[in-house]
Amino acid sequence: MVIELVKEDVFGESSPLGLRETKFFTFDSLHLESGEVLSPVTIAYETYGELNNQKDNAILICHALTGDAHAAGISKETGKLGWWEIMIGPGKPFDTNKYFVICSNVIGGCKGSTGPGSINPNTGKHYGMSFPVVTIRDMVNAQAKLIDHLGIERLFCVAGGSMGGMQVLQWVYSYPERVKTAIPIATTLRHTAQQIAFNEVGRRAIMNDPDWMGGDYYGITFPANGLAVARMIGHITYMSDLSMKEKFGRKLRNKEKFGYDFEAEFEVEQYLKYRGETFVHRFDANSYLYITKAIDYFDLGDNKDLIKKFYNLKTKFLVISYSHDWLYPPYQSREIVKVLKYAWVDVTYCEISSTYGHDAFLIKNQEQEHLVTHFLNNAYSKGE
Amino acid sequence: MLIAKVNNSVYLGERFDFQIILNMIRENSKVLDLGCGDGELLRILKEHKNVRGVGIENDERMIYACVSKGVTVEHADIDEGLPDFPDKFFDYCILNFTLQETKKPKKVIHEALRVGDEVIVSFPNFAYYVVRFSIGILGKTPRTKALPYHWDETPNLHYFTIKDFIEFCDRENISIVDYKGFTDSKIIFFYPNFFAEKAVFLLTKK
Repeated sequence: MVIELVKEDVFGESSPLGLRETKFFTFDSLHLESGEVLSPVTIAYETYGELNNQKDNAILICHALTGDAHAAGISKETGKLGWWEIMIGPGKPFDTNKYFVICSNVIGGCKGSTGPGSINPNTGKHYGMSFPVVTIRDMVNAQAKLIDHLGIERLFCVAGGSMGGMQVLQWVYSYPERVKTAIPIATTLRHTAQQIAFNEVGRRAIMNDPDWMGGDYYGITFPANGLAVARMIGHITYMSDLSMKEKFGRKLRNKEKFGYDFEAEFEVEQYLKYRGETFVHRFDANSYLYITKAIDYFDLGDNKDLIKKFYNLKTKFLVISYSHDWLYPPYQSREIVKVLKYAWVDVTYCEISSTYGHDAFLIKNQEQEHLVTHFLNNAYSKGE
Repeated sequence: MLIAKVNNSVYLGERFDFQIILNMIRENSKVLDLGCGDGELLRILKEHKNVRGVGIENDERMIYACVSKGVTVEHADIDEGLPDFPDKFFDYCILNFTLQETKKPKKVIHEALRVGDEVIVSFPNFAYYVVRFSIGILGKTPRTKALPYHWDETPNLHYFTIKDFIEFCDRENISIVDYKGFTDSKIIFFYPNFFAEKAVFLLTKK
């Protein structure tokens, strides 16, 4: 294997993939599940590695709620490492020496793809709340247009965690013949009441912020407080009781004694505050509303119908869950496995023990690396 | 008899149990291996009998070994039963040296019989003469090739004999299609409950 030189850059980050630039693909229109039509549609995407002549080595990576197209390497724009740098690159599980890896920003997002923060060509103004509600299926249909554009008939793999995992499942549902292998991680077949509840609290925090202004805040103000609170709630659900205990415990920040006031004095309070405050600089509040709504609408279907739908499906699955994930608990992954088994679909399942919660799939861990590496190796060497 | 056909088979190293099971299984059948360990048996069955195989394993480290081999495996505890599988989903359910490690062997066997047409069970025979000698004469918990652990670290929760198992099947209304005692390299036809270190049974529902 050729080990590429690690390219240092001005941002102080280093990645074997070096600097990456987000590309854009625009197409005419997309018919949405709601019945509305979004037009035109731009998709922001990045690619890593080379598409081979047979065009059978393409892997689509789907991002989670607040992710973007910048999955690996150093962003030319921001200087930040990609959100799944640990998994994508030469010699990594999604090996760019071997595979052509694609990651695109979902529609409804705010990282280059068309979303509520985009300009509506009919009015010349930001869409705001006039942006049509999109679903996971719409996101996947938009991605399919990108995959067409890249000249790829069949994806070797579609992979992603959390909302990314929902897109993986939706891909297999909508385009079964176009997906050879699928890796849904820490995800579910349908959003549950508890999951919807957390999202709704986040949405209410944003919409009750006076600076939200019915969604028409662009260029005027920004509902930073509401979005920060939404992010704080989100973050709590991404961690676990144990990981919070290990990371923060009851430690106080920069002091020995209680202040007997309402400053953020516990470490955990400071951390959440910091997370909330930094998030508002990189994410649009309206996109948070639209994407959480898309997640809440996600329901691939009744188990019985799914079994019929997937019966004898040729796609091979690797399903991964994390033991301390209470937002998308392992039982929801087992439900996916159950449906696939009943349908006689080839599915491997592993619940990785980790003290981290839902975000464990974003944190470097050998188990996930090992599973993905070998699963892909076996599937790739078999060809078809 | 199915089990006796061990001639002209592939050489599978030390694992005579694999060879016996390989010879019991029909080509292209659907197999569920309960407590599949590192997935080696399923890999062999896939290679030589083109089975459609699935393993269930509780030990996370073993899952990684299975995935490295390309064996389809599910991370679950068979003591919880097999609620995710419909009746008669498989041609065979295999419990290869697994049953003695389960908490509820009776439940596990009945679940295996529910989801599989036939069930293959193998286990260390606790009435093997070396074991009898160890307990009866030496007064010590046996440590043999089939029972390699010290008493304080063994994963085995149940110790039973070929005779016990035949009685169990009778009591539980399970029909024994065939059974054989064996050692590391050969089948024991003469008084297996005394001379066989291990045993393998082929069961169906009555």
